[in-house]
Amino acid sequence: MVELSDEQEAFRQSVRTWLDENFPPRLKGKGAELLGYGEYTGPLQDDASLWQQRLGGKGWGTPTWPSQYGGGGLDHIQTKILHEEMNRIGAFNPIIVLAGMGVTMVGPTILEYGTEDQKIRHLPPMCRGEIRWCLGYSEPNAGSDLASLATKAEDQGDSWVVNGQKVWTSGADISQWCGALVRTDSKAKKRNGISFLMLKMDQPGIETRPIKLIAGASPFCETFFTDARADKTDMLGNLNDGWSVGKRLLQHERASQTGVRNTGGGKSEALQDMAKRYVGADAEGRLDDADLRLRLANHLMDAQAHGLTISRIAAEARGNVEVSASASILKNSATHVAQTQSELTLELMGHSGLGWEGEGFNDAELATVRNWLSGKAMSIYGGSFEVQNNIISKNILGLPENTQKG
Amino acid sequence: MAALTEEQTMIKDQAQAWVTEQAPVAKFRAMRDSGVEQGFQVETWQAMVDMGWTGIIVPEQYGGSDLGYLTFGIVLEETGKHLTASPLLASALVGASALLLGGTEAQKQAWLPKVVDGSEILTLAVDEGPRHAPNVIALRAEKTADGFSLTGRKTMVLEGGAATTLIVATRTSGSAGDAGGITVFLLPADTAGISRQVLKTADSRGYANIDFEGVIVGEDAILGELDQGAGLLTDILDRGRAGLAAEMLGTAAQAFAMNLDYLKTRVQFGQVIGAFQALGHRAAILFSEMELARSCVEAALQGIDGEVPSQAQLCSLSKCQAGAFLHHMSNELIQIHGGIGMTDDFDAGFYLKRARAVEGAYGNQAFHRNRYAQLLNF
Repeated sequence: MVELSDEQEAFRQSVRTWLDENFPPRLKGKGAELLGYGEYTGPLQDDASLWQQRLGGKGWGTPTWPSQYGGGGLDHIQTKILHEEMNRIGAFNPIIVLAGMGVTMVGPTILEYGTEDQKIRHLPPMCRGEIRWCLGYSEPNAGSDLASLATKAEDQGDSWVVNGQKVWTSGADISQWCGALVRTDSKAKKRNGISFLMLKMDQPGIETRPIKLIAGASPFCETFFTDARADKTDMLGNLNDGWSVGKRLLQHERASQTGVRNTGGGKSEALQDMAKRYVGADAEGRLDDADLRLRLANHLMDAQAHGLTISRIAAEARGNVEVSASASILKNSATHVAQTQSELTLELMGHSGLGWEGEGFNDAELATVRNWLSGKAMSIYGGSFEVQNNIISKNILGLPENTQKG
Repeated sequence: MAALTEEQTMIKDQAQAWVTEQAPVAKFRAMRDSGVEQGFQVETWQAMVDMGWTGIIVPEQYGGSDLGYLTFGIVLEETGKHLTASPLLASALVGASALLLGGTEAQKQAWLPKVVDGSEILTLAVDEGPRHAPNVIALRAEKTADGFSLTGRKTMVLEGGAATTLIVATRTSGSAGDAGGITVFLLPADTAGISRQVLKTADSRGYANIDFEGVIVGEDAILGELDQGAGLLTDILDRGRAGLAAEMLGTAAQAFAMNLDYLKTRVQFGQVIGAFQALGHRAAILFSEMELARSCVEAALQGIDGEVPSQAQLCSLSKCQAGAFLHHMSNELIQIHGGIGMTDDFDAGFYLKRARAVEGAYGNQAFHRNRYAQLLNF
């Protein structure tokens, strides 16, 4: 436990007071329900908009960003205090969800690579949760081998003209802006001819088609670019240096995927309690399925080990939680824990965990099967399990590239 | 590594240098080849005493430095790397913990300074069968006119041959499996009626089976409370588990380093084998397991130092995760090295043998998963 200074304690008090005055109590613990689909749904939308305005106005949706660009200007300890106080009263941060890929990925990359003009134009609306961003990275023939992407941007004087196709663009159909990796030099070696462009989604040259996934929802799209246009001033970083910009963005993505999914606000039932409810217990209170019981214990230990590793890495950095080399380890570990949790939940529910819709199943049961299915994507997106292991073996362990041909 | 204090960093550096220079695996090999019965070399043990390692958790008034369990873990991690054999864990961690947790002032004054100066070697005698099962202790301690008479057998006692003082978990009432009726005794290992059978084990370390036949001790030999020793025993064991897990992490970390080195130097098919993705991924997975296990090991030691309410849970977590990682790592050590890993001339076999011995000590993974579930009430 880190001892807080008087100043930090005073900050905690001021956060507490501000939250008391500004967080609508009716929203307590309703974050997941309101934002489960990425946009507000349900009867509390007015309260939610008000909360979004207040939080965004304070810059606390993006607490660590500099205040001149709409952020909160807080240090890491203050941010931790803010999150603790928000958790304590069941408050949530809608802005991070409403901004799509903005707050977690595009924003931090603009902060590093953007011109002053780009920061002023793009960051404040992101901080208010007004603009949603999607990412144009993967293509049908460029998945894990991202650098072989073929979507082309041509210099036409005052703008870039983009042609090609992206896939797995999350939320493309509801986003206002897209950060895309495009080929700007087809003669250079594949990583050296890529640039990072920011495009307005609302234009005739861009068409999106949602892809229905195994869980039934369509969180991702195919996105088609036919003479789509980007302003000359909307290239992030230098021409043909998009690979380093894009790679940096992926590091931010991994960093944002190192936690195990927390739906925000209310506490859900512990998995072991749920297990006892469905499976039953023997006279000594042990789960009535010895095999499941030990696998469940093993899972809870893995989850605790993951949480302790996040804390340890933060403590070693003495509060300066930067995008670190360990992000790949944590991303794989978070994925393993979350996917195992879904598998175990499904298993312990038995037949009740197989409901798709309609009567005969409760909401938690219906959600379980969908989460289980959608969670399979975790080890694929953001750099697959295998890609993370490539990063660990090469960048952390220093193992060489394979030089063998064929 | 946890964020260490300056003092801890100094101790770590000192331990690392000493182990590498004075007690490397070659020293362990020489000890094994010489067939030393107690499973360690006296000069190695004496050097540890001289460096003050035997007093790391002992308060200053008893001659120690009171630096806590995390500091002890830092040292054990280093000795674990090179399989440095000694009674450090059994005596200065488990033995000292037993006195600190259950000892009267008189007992502490009588024993702790001798633990620190190395003139006494303590060990905990707990198991009675082939598996760690502290819940079914059957060794009887019958009330006599002026004390107790102990009869029964303890198995696989760590440093059981070299120990001069035994801490023995006994049953003073009830029957095996009852939570009550456990009493812990502290008695000289040469008390009449004690006979020891020193064991030759795969890991070449010191263990013994110990028989008690009407061993007479006074009431002043009780550590903690009569019949109420189960909680004390658990707390002593938990400290041993956390310490052993730190040693195991070191052993596994060294095995990992040996593998990584081999991956970068062994050439086949015209390139170093670490360039093959199949092997690179295995290294990446082991490295990730190591990072996760380290967090558990350090959290348990810090949990004991900070007396956090969840320390029992953390100790089981730590022993289980370190055990699982070391198990996997020691198998991979042999497999990645191929034929050379199978030879006795190479050190890999030492790590594999040690891995299984420590895995079972104070409870294997299955034991701790079961306990973890119990602690979480399912």
